[in-house]
Amino acid sequence: MKNFAYTRAGTVEAAITMLGQQPNSKFLGGGTNLVDLMRENIEQPDALVDVSGLQSGGISELPDGGISIGASVRNSAVANHRLVRERYPLLAQAILAGASGQIRNMATTGGNLMQRTRCYYFYDEAAQCNKREPGTGCDAVGGFNRMHAILGTSENCIATHPSDMCVAFAALDAMVHVTGSKGERTITFEEFHRLPGNTPNVDTNLGPDELITAIQLPALAMAKNSHYRKVRDRSSYAFALVSVAAALETANGKVRSARVALGGVAHKPWRAHQVERVLTGADANAETFRRAAEAELAAARGFGYNNFKIELAKRTLVSVLSELTESGKAQ
Amino acid sequence: MEHALRNVDTATVTLQINGAPHTLEIEPRVSLLDALREYLGLTGAKKGCNQGACGACTVLVDGERILSCLSLAVQYEGREITTIEGLANGGMHPLQEAFLEYDGFQCGYCTPGQICSAIGMMREFESGLPSAVTGDVSSTAMEFSDEEIKERMSGNLCRCGAYVGICEAIRETYESGARR
Repeated sequence: MKNFAYTRAGTVEAAITMLGQQPNSKFLGGGTNLVDLMRENIEQPDALVDVSGLQSGGISELPDGGISIGASVRNSAVANHRLVRERYPLLAQAILAGASGQIRNMATTGGNLMQRTRCYYFYDEAAQCNKREPGTGCDAVGGFNRMHAILGTSENCIATHPSDMCVAFAALDAMVHVTGSKGERTITFEEFHRLPGNTPNVDTNLGPDELITAIQLPALAMAKNSHYRKVRDRSSYAFALVSVAAALETANGKVRSARVALGGVAHKPWRAHQVERVLTGADANAETFRRAAEAELAAARGFGYNNFKIELAKRTLVSVLSELTESGKAQ
Repeated sequence: MEHALRNVDTATVTLQINGAPHTLEIEPRVSLLDALREYLGLTGAKKGCNQGACGACTVLVDGERILSCLSLAVQYEGREITTIEGLANGGMHPLQEAFLEYDGFQCGYCTPGQICSAIGMMREFESGLPSAVTGDVSSTAMEFSDEEIKERMSGNLCRCGAYVGICEAIRETYESGARR
């Protein structure tokens, strides 16, 4: 690992100033992704500004019944919080489906949004990767692409976003609060991460001088009936092949409202708008769920080793929605 | 300029390890694992994969289990770090004795990480933290089952495959109430 200067920020304002004063510098959260990437020479900052100790308000209830999660709150603290477990069970489940106990104790909420793909070609300096070195090509297209994307890909990049937590945030319409040298702003979750297009090296729409300070979840009563299902190659401590985060509200056998997002299928957490469109007002049964899944995956494209993900995503969607129809009746 | 360069090169860091302060002059890139092993001679925590996949480097920070290989030592100033060397108070920790009794290892390389991880895991369970196999996360009812132990210990690999003994040692220690 290349050496670097290290400073610890006491306030958000100080962190932004420290970042601005040091060329080629980065914010450091729990380090679970950045330290690894630096050891592999994928990331080579000259300076790190440690924001992991910033007191960003912890987890608090908002006046409308939603919650705010400070960017430095650790994954395990979010998953264990009473309000998260009661009001947004899919978020607690998504977090607990990711990484290991040790990593969840280290990793921060803001850092989770900023983690980079686990595409093995991105990690392999001997491979061609437009995300790591723009313009060099993509060895995953035509390579071993079992873990790769089927939706929203470009010829330049078929990497997936590795987060579980973010899939739940996408379904919940989370808002990302950020502060930069020009002040504060809010980014919708859907706008936060980017599709690869011609610039797969740019993962998010966060400005180079901006720091995530909090994630806010709007009140959503139907999220009590929600679930996160992760399908992977082994039952624990593995990245998703496909995952589904969903909340469902039914009445008299019909879907009143649905919130659905997919993980493991795209360069960003994939909000399933087609699924939600087909479901709303339709009969809550497996036939509708299959039709909704077909609509969402109609644009999907496999790259050989990941073709199976298209059918797997459809089946996982039907399974989770069927489960939520049953659990919704009991509530 | 000279001053700036010196700042880049090293930092003075005081780490509180197993109850005693240790002041080190180290580069910011030194991991907590390397600080323990290479600078302080505490070779209990092991370097398995050095990329957060195996759990052999697990230590406790303020009672919580973390991976020391993905931690920069400079980040842990002022925190209470406990390694396998600091667990035993005179004799052996009850979980260490249970690992002996239930054959929780063969080669022993993963054992310090397994034991530190299990101690942190039992505290997490007691705090009410659910896991991926808990089912209803809005409920506070949980059972310390084998399924829960396996899921919660999935961040610690054992190439010898001593998992059955590891699970038994952890359950026995938890049920005996001697988990600290």
